[in-house]
Amino acid sequence: MIRIDNLSKAFVLHNQGGAVIPVMAGATLTVHPGECVGLTGPSGAGKSTLMRMIYGNYLAAGGSLFVGGLDVATASPRQIIALRRETLGYVSQFLRVVPRVPSLDVVAEPLLALRTPVDEARGRAADLLRRLNIPEGLWSLSPTTFSGGEQQRVNIARGFAHAYPVLLLDEPTASLDAANREVVLTLIEEAKARGAAILGIFHDEAARARVCDRLVDVARFTPGLAA
Amino acid sequence: MTAMERIAMTDQPLLRVDGLTKRYGPRIGCLDVSFDLYPGEVLGIVGESGSGKSTLLSCLAGHLQPDLGRVAYDGRDVLAMSETERRRLGRTDWAYVHQNPRDGLRMGVSAGGNVGERLMAIGARHYGEIRDKAQDWLARVEIAADRIDDRPSAFSGGMQQRLQIARNLVTAPRLVFMDEPTGGLDVSVQARLLDLLRGLVRDLGLSVIIVTHDLAVVRLLAHRLMVMKSGRVVEQGLTDQVLDDPQHAYSQLLVSSVLQV
Repeated sequence: MIRIDNLSKAFVLHNQGGAVIPVMAGATLTVHPGECVGLTGPSGAGKSTLMRMIYGNYLAAGGSLFVGGLDVATASPRQIIALRRETLGYVSQFLRVVPRVPSLDVVAEPLLALRTPVDEARGRAADLLRRLNIPEGLWSLSPTTFSGGEQQRVNIARGFAHAYPVLLLDEPTASLDAANREVVLTLIEEAKARGAAILGIFHDEAARARVCDRLVDVARFTPGLAA
Repeated sequence: MTAMERIAMTDQPLLRVDGLTKRYGPRIGCLDVSFDLYPGEVLGIVGESGSGKSTLLSCLAGHLQPDLGRVAYDGRDVLAMSETERRRLGRTDWAYVHQNPRDGLRMGVSAGGNVGERLMAIGARHYGEIRDKAQDWLARVEIAADRIDDRPSAFSGGMQQRLQIARNLVTAPRLVFMDEPTGGLDVSVQARLLDLLRGLVRDLGLSVIIVTHDLAVVRLLAHRLMVMKSGRVVEQGLTDQVLDDPQHAYSQLLVSSVLQV
């Protein structure tokens, strides 16, 4: 579902004398349906950079980057928007939402975008919030007022609301207590069982060992880091 | 056919803009601007004051006659239309939210009348229904029901802007032009409006072109982003990409000058 070949990336800083900073070269990896691949490597090696390239936030300088048959490296914005709506989910470390929107609706939104009936979308959102131990009294409140851990769980619920065929997970268990960490790992296992291709960053080694089928060391793709 | 079915069925742009150019004597208003806008898509236009954003919006909406270029709406050549046809489009399919609410409101008419007038322009005649619908839209933009008979001149700037938005959206247009619509609003009201707009885009397939300074608004609302400088489009692409990985020197400066988006 994810097929990356010889992908490269450099940032050109026009306002700092046109400095060119190469951050990735020769990145190659594949993630099959039902498989979870963990990205490893030291801080700054480019794990998040690779995730952002796959999601289309960063432009590729060279190489190809296929997600569900679409080459994100050359796709139009319109194609990427459709890919994000239907195929590619992303649980980032930060929750970015319109303030004042109730948590239940924040979680249901990806389903509403796919024309799921409102009751069904809210039902699915409620199930996820309940599983992730967000007290029902908070569902009608905006998550912008929540604690870091609660926001993270709302973000995860939102990411798992639609059964995306491809999922990117950036530290999904960070800042969670043991019980909620267990819930998230179970959600990941369920997604794998239904055939989702998952690429994740996990600093939590036990979590990584439990859900990842393979690991890819991103340092191999970092110019100047690879020996 | 409902708006939803229309989205599902067509893969044709709602608006096609090709080589649009407007000069003010020797000065450039906007130069060689081209883009397609699809149903259910929100396009953000950012850039410093004087970069041509508002000129472009005025040309697109037919308020200004461009010197060169083509604008096609739903397959029809907008620039070749008669004034009557274009006005009809402006009353039915299009809406224009001005930066200054006084430009988009009838200041001598009550709030309810301002909203009801747009409905009557498309044929609504039943007084009770018009008033109910006006009341509903005033509530959606958080104007208290007991203000329906007050004139906009008695409203604060932020309330006037909300009234203008209600007046524009009440007729369920397909394309909305917005010129800095959230500039003068309280943060909480701005959030409410963003949510309202997102819902309309998602559920009705509304298309929006929004000119703004506010990159946080753009991040939450716009699918695609266009960066203008000195009348030219220096960069356009997926909103997240332009904000997270800007390619042009000016876009990089614009994004890095903001505290946090």
